[in-house]
Amino acid sequence: MTASSPALRRWRFRKPSVIPGFGLTLGFSRALQLSFGASLAAAAVNVVFGTIVAWVLVRYRFPGRRIVDAMVDLPFALPTAVAGIALTTLYAPKGWIGGLLAPLGIKVAYTPLGIVIALVFIGLPFVVRTVGPVMEEIDMEVEEAAATLGASRLQTLRHVVFPMLAPAILTGFALAFARAVGEYGSVIFIAGNLPMKTEIAPLLIVIKLEEYNYEGATAIAAMMLVLSFAMLLVINLLQSWSRRRYG
Amino acid sequence: MQVSVRSVCKEFDRFPALDDVSLDIRSGELIALLGPSGSGKTTLLRLIAGLEVPTSGKIFFGDEDASHKTVQERNVGFVFQHYALFRHMTVAQNVGFGLKVRKGADRPPKAEIRRRALELLDLVQLSGLENRYPNQLSGGQRQRVALARAMAIEPKVLLLDEPFGALDAQVRRELRRWLRDIHDATGHTTVFVTHDQEEALELADRVVVMSKGRIEQVGSADEVYDRPNSPFVYGFIGDSSAIAVRVEHGEVWVADRSVGLTARGVPDGPALLYMRPHNVELLDGCGGCIAGTVAGARRVAGSKRIELDIGAGQQRVEIEVPADHPAASRSRIAFRPRNWALFPTA
Repeated sequence: MTASSPALRRWRFRKPSVIPGFGLTLGFSRALQLSFGASLAAAAVNVVFGTIVAWVLVRYRFPGRRIVDAMVDLPFALPTAVAGIALTTLYAPKGWIGGLLAPLGIKVAYTPLGIVIALVFIGLPFVVRTVGPVMEEIDMEVEEAAATLGASRLQTLRHVVFPMLAPAILTGFALAFARAVGEYGSVIFIAGNLPMKTEIAPLLIVIKLEEYNYEGATAIAAMMLVLSFAMLLVINLLQSWSRRRYG
Repeated sequence: MQVSVRSVCKEFDRFPALDDVSLDIRSGELIALLGPSGSGKTTLLRLIAGLEVPTSGKIFFGDEDASHKTVQERNVGFVFQHYALFRHMTVAQNVGFGLKVRKGADRPPKAEIRRRALELLDLVQLSGLENRYPNQLSGGQRQRVALARAMAIEPKVLLLDEPFGALDAQVRRELRRWLRDIHDATGHTTVFVTHDQEEALELADRVVVMSKGRIEQVGSADEVYDRPNSPFVYGFIGDSSAIAVRVEHGEVWVADRSVGLTARGVPDGPALLYMRPHNVELLDGCGGCIAGTVAGARRVAGSKRIELDIGAGQQRVEIEVPADHPAASRSRIAFRPRNWALFPTA
């Protein structure tokens, strides 16, 4: 092993193959990192805010609730390119939101942060729609029972409500994450696609295709496939564990 | 712990669910809130627990005004109709939950919580099931877990909301006896809500009969059954028949005949005579009785239920006659109620 490794390294350097690490030499590990990192971050944000949105929609009755409820599904229906262009316009340094953030030194459009925001936008309904129905099934009596037993509101949420929602939250996370990894349309506009900085992996695939580099495209695609599968498998295992534990 | 409810009113969106209700619950007694749905019995129970806040009025635990205490502070054990167990916790964890969420020095160590949980499971006869999850238990077993969980916090008062409502008839009867035993063994002040009069009469020391947000009558099973104080209680508890009558000079008249009953303390005028169908005296001749032609008869277990047309007003009244009694085959029957009450209608 030790004897052959220098030769192996030289061989790999000359002729990349589809094994982990080969991307280092080709320069798209940054894109993969970005794609998966931003997707994980966006899914994490979605879990928090999606659960809050679901909670408000399920537990409160307020004027305009049905409108908000319908708006949650907007990212499902909106063509992703439209979403991307709209988000870019809003978050550009001169846009409505970007203009407010610029004086604070926060740049959103054309940065990884912008990618995360686009992915949050398209992933939110997945969490809301998986957590909401489960939340609706939670009987208020269970929470009241916890209260009569002396549990504070926080303890009730932590020990009673959250464990019952955990499997649904994980499912929502998995869906939002999976969608985010494959997302293309909404991201490429707000990302700005600066080489090595804000290029996501799906974009690289398209670039390779446009260069008629089908092997390169296939390599990236295969890489994403393996990584996505591995991550979804882990999430699935977590889910079945949480279902056994909490279901 | 003695619980006093003082002139409590509760409105939901201007709809009065409870209207000026006062009730004294004695320490250590087993008391039933009985009434049809919508009578406010569950609302009263939830007010005592602190799950609802009264619109006006006060609730005392002993001498202490508990009206403004939170649910957590009141330290009551509450058992829900549909158990409301934590399905992601084992039976032992469910029972120990109330001890686990205690703060600081009040929280017993883990081993002690488990020991207490096992002890209570033993009391409710569920030893050996402590590591099961609620969905692995039958309905009756789940309700016992719920009761053990409520008792784990050493509550000042135990409140049970239709505790056997979701169970089938046989399990209900079994659990009823069992609850009585538990109550006698532990001595908790216990209030339970039910719409099942049999359950209330059999189980409770005292029965609170409620209707339309008010308390109609409070008394022992004998009192509310034998001496109902209102037409509602008469009609709601046990079987009853009502006959429209007239009171004249202390005599009861049906249509144009005196029926041989003296109405003491009832003003002259129209009234309703309530009686128990099974508690009648069958007569041969009719010099002061209620008589009618048989309109229909049904066999119910050991007796016959006979529907009679009486008087001129086409009034129907039901009486119960032993199936082998000669009267059961007659076409005209005369009787006089043994146990009855008059309520003026004007």
